[in-house]
Amino acid sequence: MKPLSIGFVIFTLALLGFSTYQALVVAPTEQTMGDVQRIFYYHVPSAWVAGMCFAVNFLASLYFLWRKSLDADALAVGSAEVGVVFCSIVLITGPIWARPVWGIWWTWDARLTTTLVLWLIYVSYLVLRRFAAGSQTQTIAAALAIFGFVDVPIVYMSIRWFRTQHPSPVMGGGANSGLDPTMLHAFLWNLLAFTCIGICFIVARYRLQKMENALEAAHAELALKGMAQ
Amino acid sequence: MSAMSVTRATLVKDLRMEWRSKDAINSMLFFALLVVVIFSFAFNPTAEESRLIAGGLIWVAFLFAAVVALNQTWARELRNQVLDAYRVSPAPPNALFLAKALGNFLFVVVLESLMAPLFVVFYQLRSVGPVWQLIVVALLGTWALVVNGTFFAALSIRTRNREIMLPLILFPISIPALIGMVDATTMILSGEGTPDFWLKMLLVYDVVFTLVCLLLFETVLNAE
Repeated sequence: MKPLSIGFVIFTLALLGFSTYQALVVAPTEQTMGDVQRIFYYHVPSAWVAGMCFAVNFLASLYFLWRKSLDADALAVGSAEVGVVFCSIVLITGPIWARPVWGIWWTWDARLTTTLVLWLIYVSYLVLRRFAAGSQTQTIAAALAIFGFVDVPIVYMSIRWFRTQHPSPVMGGGANSGLDPTMLHAFLWNLLAFTCIGICFIVARYRLQKMENALEAAHAELALKGMAQ
Repeated sequence: MSAMSVTRATLVKDLRMEWRSKDAINSMLFFALLVVVIFSFAFNPTAEESRLIAGGLIWVAFLFAAVVALNQTWARELRNQVLDAYRVSPAPPNALFLAKALGNFLFVVVLESLMAPLFVVFYQLRSVGPVWQLIVVALLGTWALVVNGTFFAALSIRTRNREIMLPLILFPISIPALIGMVDATTMILSGEGTPDFWLKMLLVYDVVFTLVCLLLFETVLNAE
Protein backbone atom coordinates (compact mmCIF):
# COMPACT_ATOMS: atom_id res chain seq x y z
CA MET A 1 0.00 0.00 0.00
CA LYS A 2 1.18 3.49 -0.79
CA PRO A 3 2.19 5.76 2.13
CA LEU A 4 -0.52 8.24 1.19
CA SER A 5 -3.26 5.67 1.59
CA ILE A 6 -1.81 4.34 4.86
CA GLY A 7 -1.90 7.90 6.09
CA PHE A 8 -5.50 8.24 4.98
CA VAL A 9 -6.53 5.00 6.71
CA ILE A 10 -4.89 6.12 9.97
CA PHE A 11 -6.56 9.52 9.67
CA THR A 12 -9.91 7.83 9.05
CA LEU A 13 -9.57 5.52 12.04
CA ALA A 14 -8.65 8.44 14.30
CA LEU A 15 -11.59 10.39 12.93
CA LEU A 16 -13.91 7.45 13.50
CA GLY A 17 -12.74 7.18 17.13
CA PHE A 18 -13.28 10.88 17.66
CA SER A 19 -16.71 10.92 16.03
CA THR A 20 -17.81 7.87 18.05
CA TYR A 21 -16.77 9.71 21.20
CA GLN A 22 -18.75 12.74 20.01
CA ALA A 23 -21.83 10.64 19.28
CA LEU A 24 -21.86 8.48 22.41
CA VAL A 25 -20.46 10.82 25.07
CA VAL A 26 -20.46 14.46 24.04
CA ALA A 27 -23.86 14.70 22.32
CA PRO A 28 -26.70 15.22 24.80
CA THR A 29 -29.30 12.52 25.40
CA GLU A 30 -32.48 13.18 23.49
CA GLN A 31 -35.36 14.13 25.80
CA THR A 32 -38.18 11.88 24.58
CA MET A 33 -36.36 9.09 22.81
CA GLY A 34 -33.45 8.65 25.18
CA ASP A 35 -30.19 7.00 24.23
CA VAL A 36 -31.66 5.08 21.30
CA GLN A 37 -31.66 8.34 19.36
CA ARG A 38 -27.84 8.09 19.17
CA ILE A 39 -28.22 5.48 16.45
CA PHE A 40 -29.10 8.45 14.26
CA TYR A 41 -25.37 9.36 14.19
CA TYR A 42 -24.69 6.07 12.42
CA HIS A 43 -27.92 5.57 10.52
CA VAL A 44 -27.95 8.79 8.51
CA PRO A 45 -24.22 8.84 7.62
CA SER A 46 -24.54 5.22 6.44
CA ALA A 47 -27.43 6.24 4.21
CA TRP A 48 -25.31 9.07 2.83
CA VAL A 49 -22.37 6.73 2.12
CA ALA A 50 -24.69 4.22 0.42
CA GLY A 51 -26.07 6.99 -1.78
CA MET A 52 -22.54 8.16 -2.59
CA CYS A 53 -21.51 4.61 -3.51
CA PHE A 54 -24.47 4.12 -5.84
CA ALA A 55 -23.75 7.44 -7.55
CA VAL A 56 -20.11 6.40 -8.03
CA ASN A 57 -21.33 3.06 -9.38
CA PHE A 58 -23.53 4.84 -11.92
CA LEU A 59 -20.78 7.18 -13.11
CA ALA A 60 -18.23 4.36 -13.29
CA SER A 61 -20.68 2.22 -15.28
CA LEU A 62 -21.31 5.05 -17.73
CA TYR A 63 -17.58 5.59 -18.12
CA PHE A 64 -17.06 1.88 -18.66
CA LEU A 65 -19.63 1.78 -21.45
CA TRP A 66 -18.03 4.83 -23.02
CA ARG A 67 -14.36 3.84 -22.83
CA LYS A 68 -14.49 0.09 -22.04
CA SER A 69 -12.01 0.75 -19.26
CA LEU A 70 -11.65 -2.25 -16.93
CA ASP A 71 -10.54 0.10 -14.16
CA ALA A 72 -13.89 1.88 -14.31
CA ASP A 73 -15.58 -1.50 -14.02
CA ALA A 74 -13.44 -2.34 -10.99
CA LEU A 75 -14.60 0.92 -9.41
CA ALA A 76 -18.21 0.04 -10.26
CA VAL A 77 -17.96 -3.35 -8.52
CA GLY A 78 -16.23 -1.87 -5.50
CA SER A 79 -18.72 0.92 -5.02
CA ALA A 80 -21.74 -1.35 -5.53
CA GLU A 81 -20.52 -3.83 -2.91
CA VAL A 82 -19.66 -1.15 -0.38
CA GLY A 83 -22.98 0.56 -1.14
CA VAL A 84 -24.93 -2.63 -0.44
CA VAL A 85 -23.08 -3.06 2.87
CA PHE A 86 -23.91 0.47 4.01
CA CYS A 87 -27.45 0.19 2.73
CA SER A 88 -27.79 -2.98 4.84
CA ILE A 89 -26.53 -1.04 7.86
CA VAL A 90 -29.24 1.56 7.20
CA LEU A 91 -31.92 -1.12 6.94
CA ILE A 92 -30.75 -2.79 10.16
CA THR A 93 -30.20 0.31 12.29
CA GLY A 94 -33.52 1.81 11.17
CA PRO A 95 -35.77 -0.84 12.74
CA ILE A 96 -33.61 -0.94 15.90
CA TRP A 97 -34.46 2.73 16.33
CA ALA A 98 -38.06 2.40 15.13
CA ARG A 99 -39.07 -0.36 17.55
CA PRO A 100 -38.78 1.70 20.76
CA VAL A 101 -39.71 5.03 19.17
CA TRP A 102 -42.54 4.12 16.76
CA GLY A 103 -43.52 0.90 18.50
CA ILE A 104 -43.03 -1.16 15.36
CA TRP A 105 -40.00 -2.55 13.55
CA TRP A 106 -41.04 -1.57 10.09
CA THR A 107 -43.54 0.59 8.24
CA TRP A 108 -44.02 0.80 4.48
CA ASP A 109 -43.37 4.51 4.46
CA ALA A 110 -41.82 6.20 1.41
CA ARG A 111 -38.26 6.49 2.62
CA LEU A 112 -38.07 3.01 4.12
CA THR A 113 -39.58 1.35 1.10
CA THR A 114 -37.35 3.28 -1.31
CA THR A 115 -34.26 2.24 0.66
CA LEU A 116 -35.40 -1.38 0.58
CA VAL A 117 -36.03 -1.26 -3.18
CA LEU A 118 -32.64 0.41 -3.67
CA TRP A 119 -31.04 -2.42 -1.72
CA LEU A 120 -32.91 -5.00 -3.83
CA ILE A 121 -31.79 -3.35 -7.08
CA TYR A 122 -28.12 -3.36 -6.14
CA VAL A 123 -28.25 -6.87 -4.72
CA SER A 124 -29.69 -7.98 -8.07
CA TYR A 125 -26.77 -6.17 -9.73
CA LEU A 126 -24.30 -8.16 -7.63
CA VAL A 127 -26.18 -11.41 -8.32
CA LEU A 128 -26.06 -10.69 -12.05
CA ARG A 129 -22.32 -10.12 -11.84
CA ARG A 130 -21.82 -13.36 -9.98
CA PHE A 131 -23.68 -15.43 -12.55
CA ALA A 132 -22.65 -13.67 -15.74
CA ALA A 133 -20.13 -15.60 -17.74
CA GLY A 134 -16.82 -14.40 -19.07
CA SER A 135 -15.90 -11.07 -20.56
CA GLN A 136 -19.47 -9.88 -21.19
CA THR A 137 -20.00 -9.51 -17.45
CA GLN A 138 -18.82 -5.92 -17.32
CA THR A 139 -21.03 -4.72 -20.15
CA ILE A 140 -24.26 -6.32 -19.00
CA ALA A 141 -23.58 -5.27 -15.41
CA ALA A 142 -22.99 -1.69 -16.51
CA ALA A 143 -26.27 -1.73 -18.44
CA LEU A 144 -28.16 -2.95 -15.38
CA ALA A 145 -26.44 -0.35 -13.20
CA ILE A 146 -27.79 2.40 -15.46
CA PHE A 147 -31.31 0.95 -15.29
CA GLY A 148 -31.07 0.76 -11.51
CA PHE A 149 -29.93 4.33 -11.07
CA VAL A 150 -32.55 5.71 -13.46
CA ASP A 151 -35.19 3.77 -11.54
CA VAL A 152 -34.45 5.31 -8.14
CA PRO A 153 -36.25 8.69 -8.55
CA ILE A 154 -39.25 6.94 -10.12
CA VAL A 155 -39.37 4.49 -7.21
CA TYR A 156 -39.28 7.31 -4.70
CA MET A 157 -41.96 9.34 -6.46
CA SER A 158 -44.32 6.41 -6.89
CA ILE A 159 -43.96 5.12 -3.36
CA ARG A 160 -44.46 8.57 -1.91
CA TRP A 161 -47.64 8.99 -3.90
CA PHE A 162 -48.78 5.47 -3.01
CA ARG A 163 -48.30 6.09 0.71
CA THR A 164 -49.76 9.54 0.89
CA GLN A 165 -52.83 8.08 -0.73
CA HIS A 166 -53.08 5.47 2.01
CA PRO A 167 -51.69 7.02 5.18
CA SER A 168 -50.19 4.42 7.46
CA PRO A 169 -50.78 4.51 11.24
CA VAL A 170 -47.24 5.68 11.83
CA MET A 171 -46.12 8.64 9.81
CA GLY A 172 -42.55 9.11 10.90
CA GLY A 173 -40.57 12.14 9.98
CA GLY A 174 -36.87 12.21 10.73
CA ALA A 175 -35.58 13.22 14.12
CA ASN A 176 -33.64 16.04 12.56
CA SER A 177 -36.06 18.92 12.47
CA GLY A 178 -34.36 21.62 14.49
CA LEU A 179 -31.27 19.81 15.73
CA ASP A 180 -29.47 20.86 18.93
CA PRO A 181 -26.07 22.44 18.01
CA THR A 182 -24.11 19.79 19.97
CA MET A 183 -26.07 17.07 18.24
CA LEU A 184 -25.45 18.67 14.87
CA HIS A 185 -21.76 18.87 15.75
CA ALA A 186 -21.60 15.14 16.56
CA PHE A 187 -23.64 14.32 13.50
CA LEU A 188 -21.35 16.23 11.14
CA TRP A 189 -18.24 14.57 12.59
CA ASN A 190 -19.83 11.19 12.00
CA LEU A 191 -20.83 12.16 8.49
CA LEU A 192 -17.22 13.06 7.73
CA ALA A 193 -15.85 9.91 9.35
CA PHE A 194 -18.29 7.65 7.51
CA THR A 195 -17.54 9.33 4.21
CA CYS A 196 -13.83 8.70 4.77
CA ILE A 197 -14.32 5.06 5.77
CA GLY A 198 -16.59 4.60 2.76
CA ILE A 199 -13.86 5.97 0.50
CA CYS A 200 -11.31 3.66 2.18
CA PHE A 201 -13.50 0.62 1.53
CA ILE A 202 -14.19 1.57 -2.08
CA VAL A 203 -10.51 2.18 -2.81
CA ALA A 204 -9.50 -1.10 -1.14
CA ARG A 205 -12.12 -3.07 -3.07
CA TYR A 206 -11.18 -1.27 -6.28
CA ARG A 207 -7.54 -2.26 -5.87
CA LEU A 208 -8.48 -5.84 -5.07
CA GLN A 209 -10.59 -6.02 -8.22
CA LYS A 210 -7.74 -4.59 -10.27
CA MET A 211 -5.42 -7.26 -8.88
CA GLU A 212 -7.98 -9.93 -9.73
CA ASN A 213 -8.22 -8.55 -13.26
CA ALA A 214 -4.43 -8.54 -13.59
CA LEU A 215 -4.24 -12.10 -12.25
CA GLU A 216 -6.87 -13.27 -14.69
CA ALA A 217 -5.05 -11.59 -17.58
CA ALA A 218 -1.78 -13.23 -16.50
CA HIS A 219 -3.47 -16.65 -16.36
CA ALA A 220 -4.95 -16.12 -19.82
CA GLU A 221 -1.56 -15.13 -21.20
CA LEU A 222 0.08 -18.15 -19.61
CA ALA A 223 -2.54 -20.44 -21.09
CA LEU A 224 -1.98 -18.90 -24.51
CA LYS A 225 1.78 -19.42 -24.22
CA GLY A 226 1.19 -23.01 -23.20
CA MET A 227 -0.91 -23.48 -26.32
CA ALA A 228 1.82 -21.99 -28.49
CA GLN A 229 4.52 -24.38 -27.29
CA MET B 1 -32.91 -2.90 -45.41
CA SER B 2 -34.45 -0.09 -43.47
CA ALA B 3 -35.09 -0.32 -39.74
CA MET B 4 -38.83 -0.52 -40.35
CA SER B 5 -38.62 -3.50 -42.64
CA VAL B 6 -36.23 -5.33 -40.28
CA THR B 7 -38.65 -4.76 -37.41
CA ARG B 8 -41.58 -5.92 -39.50
CA ALA B 9 -39.79 -9.00 -40.84
CA THR B 10 -38.65 -10.10 -37.37
CA LEU B 11 -42.02 -9.44 -35.82
CA VAL B 12 -43.88 -11.33 -38.54
CA LYS B 13 -41.45 -14.24 -38.22
CA ASP B 14 -41.90 -14.42 -34.44
CA LEU B 15 -45.67 -14.16 -34.68
CA ARG B 16 -45.80 -16.85 -37.34
CA MET B 17 -43.62 -19.19 -35.27
CA GLU B 18 -45.78 -18.52 -32.24
CA TRP B 19 -48.96 -19.07 -34.27
CA ARG B 20 -47.70 -22.47 -35.40
CA SER B 21 -46.18 -23.68 -32.15
CA LYS B 22 -48.22 -21.70 -29.57
CA ASP B 23 -45.43 -22.42 -27.08
CA ALA B 24 -45.33 -19.10 -25.28
CA ILE B 25 -49.04 -18.36 -25.18
CA ASN B 26 -50.02 -21.84 -23.98
CA SER B 27 -47.51 -21.95 -21.18
CA MET B 28 -48.39 -18.37 -20.17
CA LEU B 29 -52.10 -19.09 -20.16
CA PHE B 30 -51.80 -22.24 -18.11
CA PHE B 31 -49.39 -20.58 -15.71
CA ALA B 32 -51.69 -17.58 -15.21
CA LEU B 33 -54.64 -19.90 -14.67
CA LEU B 34 -52.72 -21.76 -11.99
CA VAL B 35 -51.85 -18.49 -10.27
CA VAL B 36 -55.53 -17.41 -10.31
CA VAL B 37 -56.63 -20.70 -8.74
CA ILE B 38 -53.88 -20.76 -6.14
CA PHE B 39 -54.53 -17.16 -5.12
CA SER B 40 -58.19 -18.01 -4.56
CA PHE B 41 -57.09 -20.48 -1.87
CA ALA B 42 -54.69 -18.00 -0.35
CA PHE B 43 -57.22 -15.18 -0.02
CA ASN B 44 -60.70 -16.75 -0.10
CA PRO B 45 -62.22 -13.91 -2.11
CA THR B 46 -65.69 -12.53 -1.61
CA ALA B 47 -67.15 -9.92 -3.97
CA GLU B 48 -66.44 -6.92 -1.75
CA GLU B 49 -63.02 -7.99 -0.61
CA SER B 50 -61.85 -9.11 -4.01
CA ARG B 51 -62.49 -5.70 -5.50
CA LEU B 52 -59.86 -4.32 -3.16
CA ILE B 53 -57.25 -7.01 -3.73
CA ALA B 54 -58.00 -7.87 -7.37
CA GLY B 55 -55.65 -5.19 -8.74
CA GLY B 56 -52.75 -6.85 -6.96
CA LEU B 57 -53.79 -10.39 -7.89
CA ILE B 58 -54.28 -9.63 -11.57
CA TRP B 59 -50.96 -7.89 -12.04
CA VAL B 60 -48.90 -10.33 -10.04
CA ALA B 61 -50.42 -13.16 -12.11
CA PHE B 62 -49.64 -11.32 -15.36
CA LEU B 63 -46.14 -10.41 -14.22
CA PHE B 64 -45.29 -14.02 -13.40
CA ALA B 65 -46.86 -15.26 -16.61
CA ALA B 66 -45.06 -12.63 -18.71
CA VAL B 67 -41.72 -13.88 -17.41
CA VAL B 68 -42.49 -17.24 -19.02
CA ALA B 69 -42.79 -15.60 -22.44
CA LEU B 70 -39.92 -13.18 -21.88
CA ASN B 71 -37.56 -16.00 -21.05
CA GLN B 72 -38.18 -17.53 -24.45
CA THR B 73 -37.55 -14.27 -26.33
CA TRP B 74 -33.93 -14.81 -27.19
CA ALA B 75 -33.52 -18.53 -26.54
CA ARG B 76 -34.71 -19.29 -30.06
CA GLU B 77 -32.13 -16.96 -31.58
CA LEU B 78 -29.27 -18.57 -29.70
CA ARG B 79 -29.75 -21.86 -31.52
CA ASN B 80 -27.89 -21.93 -34.84
CA GLN B 81 -26.10 -18.69 -33.86
CA VAL B 82 -28.85 -16.46 -35.25
CA LEU B 83 -27.86 -13.72 -32.84
CA ASP B 84 -24.25 -13.84 -34.04
CA ALA B 85 -25.44 -13.64 -37.63
CA TYR B 86 -27.53 -10.65 -36.68
CA ARG B 87 -24.53 -9.03 -35.07
CA VAL B 88 -22.43 -9.15 -38.23
CA SER B 89 -25.31 -8.06 -40.47
CA PRO B 90 -25.76 -4.34 -41.17
CA ALA B 91 -29.33 -4.42 -39.79
CA PRO B 92 -29.84 -1.88 -36.99
CA PRO B 93 -29.89 -3.62 -33.54
CA ASN B 94 -32.71 -1.43 -32.25
CA ALA B 95 -34.98 -2.69 -35.01
CA LEU B 96 -34.45 -6.22 -33.68
CA PHE B 97 -35.10 -5.06 -30.13
CA LEU B 98 -38.30 -3.26 -31.06
CA ALA B 99 -39.57 -6.30 -32.95
CA LYS B 100 -38.93 -8.55 -29.96
CA ALA B 101 -40.50 -6.08 -27.53
CA LEU B 102 -43.56 -5.63 -29.75
CA GLY B 103 -43.90 -9.40 -30.13
CA ASN B 104 -43.81 -9.91 -26.37
CA PHE B 105 -46.23 -7.02 -25.93
CA LEU B 106 -48.71 -8.69 -28.28
CA PHE B 107 -48.34 -12.07 -26.52
CA VAL B 108 -48.96 -10.56 -23.10
CA VAL B 109 -51.88 -8.42 -24.33
CA VAL B 110 -53.50 -11.54 -25.83
CA LEU B 111 -52.92 -13.34 -22.54
CA GLU B 112 -54.51 -10.48 -20.62
CA SER B 113 -57.58 -10.31 -22.82
CA LEU B 114 -58.09 -14.06 -22.48
CA MET B 115 -57.53 -14.06 -18.72
CA ALA B 116 -59.56 -10.94 -17.88
CA PRO B 117 -62.97 -12.64 -18.26
CA LEU B 118 -61.76 -15.46 -16.04
CA PHE B 119 -60.79 -12.99 -13.32
CA VAL B 120 -64.21 -11.38 -13.58
CA VAL B 121 -65.91 -14.76 -13.14
CA PHE B 122 -63.70 -16.23 -10.42
CA TYR B 123 -63.46 -13.11 -8.29
CA GLN B 124 -66.92 -11.70 -9.04
CA LEU B 125 -65.48 -8.40 -10.21
CA ARG B 126 -67.49 -5.43 -11.34
CA SER B 127 -65.82 -2.16 -12.12
CA VAL B 128 -67.24 0.92 -10.42
CA GLY B 129 -65.01 3.27 -12.41
CA PRO B 130 -64.86 3.56 -16.23
CA VAL B 131 -63.63 0.39 -17.95
CA TRP B 132 -61.73 2.20 -20.71
CA GLN B 133 -59.31 3.45 -18.06
CA LEU B 134 -58.53 -0.16 -17.18
CA ILE B 135 -57.57 -0.75 -20.79
CA VAL B 136 -55.23 2.26 -20.78
CA VAL B 137 -53.63 1.02 -17.54
CA ALA B 138 -53.24 -2.44 -19.05
CA LEU B 139 -51.59 -1.16 -22.23
CA LEU B 140 -49.19 1.22 -20.47
CA GLY B 141 -48.40 -1.31 -17.73
CA THR B 142 -47.82 -4.16 -20.13
CA TRP B 143 -45.40 -2.11 -22.17
CA ALA B 144 -43.58 -1.14 -18.96
CA LEU B 145 -43.09 -4.80 -18.04
CA VAL B 146 -42.33 -6.00 -21.54
CA VAL B 147 -39.84 -3.38 -22.70
CA ASN B 148 -37.58 -3.89 -19.68
CA GLY B 149 -38.29 -7.62 -19.69
CA THR B 150 -37.16 -7.98 -23.29
CA PHE B 151 -34.00 -6.06 -22.55
CA PHE B 152 -33.22 -7.97 -19.36
CA ALA B 153 -33.88 -11.25 -21.13
CA ALA B 154 -31.04 -10.25 -23.45
CA LEU B 155 -28.87 -9.77 -20.34
CA SER B 156 -29.94 -12.97 -18.64
CA ILE B 157 -29.25 -15.24 -21.62
CA ARG B 158 -25.60 -14.38 -21.08
CA THR B 159 -25.56 -15.77 -17.55
CA ARG B 160 -25.16 -19.29 -16.26
CA ASN B 161 -28.66 -19.65 -14.80
CA ARG B 162 -30.65 -17.99 -17.58
CA GLU B 163 -34.23 -18.69 -16.60
CA ILE B 164 -33.86 -17.74 -12.95
CA MET B 165 -31.83 -14.62 -13.60
CA LEU B 166 -34.56 -12.75 -15.49
CA PRO B 167 -37.04 -12.31 -12.61
CA LEU B 168 -34.19 -11.55 -10.23
CA ILE B 169 -33.14 -8.50 -12.21
CA LEU B 170 -36.53 -7.56 -13.68
CA PHE B 171 -38.68 -7.47 -10.54
CA PRO B 172 -36.70 -4.88 -8.50
CA ILE B 173 -36.61 -2.42 -11.41
CA SER B 174 -40.31 -3.01 -12.18
CA ILE B 175 -41.53 -2.20 -8.67
CA PRO B 176 -42.66 1.38 -9.45
CA ALA B 177 -44.53 0.22 -12.57
CA LEU B 178 -46.16 -2.55 -10.57
CA ILE B 179 -47.23 -0.14 -7.83
CA GLY B 180 -48.74 2.12 -10.48
CA MET B 181 -50.63 -0.68 -12.21
CA VAL B 182 -51.94 -2.23 -9.02
CA ASP B 183 -53.03 1.02 -7.42
CA ALA B 184 -54.61 2.41 -10.59
CA THR B 185 -56.51 -0.85 -11.15
CA THR B 186 -57.75 -0.91 -7.57
CA MET B 187 -58.82 2.75 -7.82
CA ILE B 188 -60.81 2.09 -10.99
CA LEU B 189 -62.38 -1.13 -9.74
CA SER B 190 -63.45 0.39 -6.46
CA GLY B 191 -64.26 3.79 -7.92
CA GLU B 192 -62.27 5.54 -5.19
CA GLY B 193 -60.08 8.32 -6.51
CA THR B 194 -58.84 9.02 -10.02
CA PRO B 195 -55.85 7.17 -11.45
CA ASP B 196 -54.57 10.22 -13.38
CA PHE B 197 -51.30 10.39 -11.48
CA TRP B 198 -50.59 6.71 -12.11
CA LEU B 199 -51.37 6.98 -15.80
CA LYS B 200 -48.88 9.83 -16.07
CA MET B 201 -46.33 7.93 -13.99
CA LEU B 202 -46.66 4.82 -16.17
CA LEU B 203 -46.30 6.97 -19.28
CA VAL B 204 -43.11 8.55 -17.91
CA TYR B 205 -41.80 5.11 -16.90
CA ASP B 206 -42.54 3.77 -20.40
CA VAL B 207 -40.88 6.67 -22.19
CA VAL B 208 -37.81 6.75 -19.93
CA PHE B 209 -37.11 3.04 -20.03
CA THR B 210 -37.87 2.66 -23.73
CA LEU B 211 -35.23 5.31 -24.35
CA VAL B 212 -32.71 3.66 -22.02
CA CYS B 213 -33.33 0.29 -23.70
CA LEU B 214 -32.84 1.72 -27.17
CA LEU B 215 -29.68 3.56 -26.11
CA LEU B 216 -28.09 0.49 -24.53
CA PHE B 217 -29.31 -2.41 -26.64
CA GLU B 218 -26.60 -2.20 -29.28
CA THR B 219 -23.91 -2.28 -26.57
CA VAL B 220 -25.47 -5.33 -24.95
CA LEU B 221 -26.00 -7.16 -28.25
CA ASN B 222 -22.36 -6.67 -29.16
CA ALA B 223 -20.96 -7.42 -25.69
CA GLU B 224 -18.13 -9.90 -25.95
